[in-house]
Amino acid sequence: MRGSAARTVATAGRVLGQLRHDPRTIALMMAVPCVLETLLRLVYSHHLIAFDHAGAPLLAIFPLTAVFLVTSIALLRERTSGTLERLLTTPLGRLELLLGYALAFGALAAVQALLASALTLGPLGLDVAGSDVLVIVLAVSVALLGMGMGLLASAFARSEFQVVQFLPATILPQLLLCGLLLERSQMPSALHFVSDLLPMSYAVDGMHHLTREASATGALWGDIAIVLAFAAAALLAGAATLRRRTA
Amino acid sequence: MAGEHGRVDTTAVSAEQVEVRRGHVQALAGVSLAVPAGSVTGLFGPSGSGKSTLMRSLAGVQAGVKGRLTVLGRPAGDGTLRREVGYMTQAPSVYEDLTVAENMRYFARLHDAQEGDLLQRVDLAGQAHQLVRDLSGGQRARVSLAAALIGRPRLLLLDEPTVGLDPLLRRDLWLLFRELAGEGATLVVSSHVLDEARHCDELVLLREGRLVAQLTPAELVSRTGTEDMDEAFVRLIEERS
Repeated sequence: MRGSAARTVATAGRVLGQLRHDPRTIALMMAVPCVLETLLRLVYSHHLIAFDHAGAPLLAIFPLTAVFLVTSIALLRERTSGTLERLLTTPLGRLELLLGYALAFGALAAVQALLASALTLGPLGLDVAGSDVLVIVLAVSVALLGMGMGLLASAFARSEFQVVQFLPATILPQLLLCGLLLERSQMPSALHFVSDLLPMSYAVDGMHHLTREASATGALWGDIAIVLAFAAAALLAGAATLRRRTA
Repeated sequence: MAGEHGRVDTTAVSAEQVEVRRGHVQALAGVSLAVPAGSVTGLFGPSGSGKSTLMRSLAGVQAGVKGRLTVLGRPAGDGTLRREVGYMTQAPSVYEDLTVAENMRYFARLHDAQEGDLLQRVDLAGQAHQLVRDLSGGQRARVSLAAALIGRPRLLLLDEPTVGLDPLLRRDLWLLFRELAGEGATLVVSSHVLDEARHCDELVLLREGRLVAQLTPAELVSRTGTEDMDEAFVRLIEERS
């Protein structure tokens, strides 16, 4: 393999290599969703319908937060340690760099979703009418969204303290408005309108479609497409912040 | 190409009235110079004199560069230069959470090149499988240097590569720089230790963003009448003011 593809794959391998030397982070990324889904199942021991309602959207929210965090910290480190400056003086293109990250974190999110959904749909007995594979597809789409948002956050933070504060600032409001707590249609119209503008709403809508409908409907594909469009927009905006020349 | 410690007729880098403003600071104020191809050119001056800004401008990563800056016949920062210019930043810019060998493999793959014996040449073969974060500062700097050498760049921009190293290692690195020049590369090496000036073919002396002088070590000695490089620098500045 040569050229652009080789540099992209090399970058993905490098990012995964960094995580491989940090097994605790990987263990936490994989175990925490499983523990939380188990906890949720225990909380709803006597309300299994409520577990079906909340358990599936959470499968989409885990990759968003996990990938947001690792991306924002990883990119902040690239910016502050000088490695980004060095990379941009090599033949590596900015798009190749981002695709490399997307490959690495997309794969990680897929494994995370595989583990969490295997547990949740299996032993925990979450009732999903639709295809298990689409649960993974949606989770990976959401992971790419998390990556785009993390990349943007890294551009607006000067320290790791700041960058982690972007998580509650950008993700918690979406969590309140995404339809997990209350169906979006039952919210005050102003909030419903705001929730229409937020990507997590579509991730949760997609999971709701998957829980309720056996076949993949146009609505589900629409939700996935919207999540991916938000992800692409965030990644492109983030790419614009990877300046070759800086002050 | 270059004769040892001699002038050559081709120019690898030229600057004409280069100005850079960083915030409220005039980091470079009208610097003009020429770096002969195949030479080891030392960029000397105290901290804050504009050495790193000049390096960054040559590497094409500095924003707001005014004036004309030509690198290997092209404008500094030209995309085609990324295969021909090796840049070592002042802080070691390698991945701390990877081993030395993993860092080298990654940068080699970005250049579609072989890493070859570079780790031996910077005396780090024994540390290949250690994580960079477990190395000493001097060892990290040498990993960063080795990464800049990947792909046999025609121009090497090395920002303070010898800082913090023990004298024996410093001498070995200057020998390595000489070897690389002998293999046809042009080196621009910055340092704030004026004593290292004697290892260079050409000296570029900077102070407060301005060029104090560009000359050979022999010219510096004859012009200032002292072998003591610190003292020579002081005399040059006094001569100008």
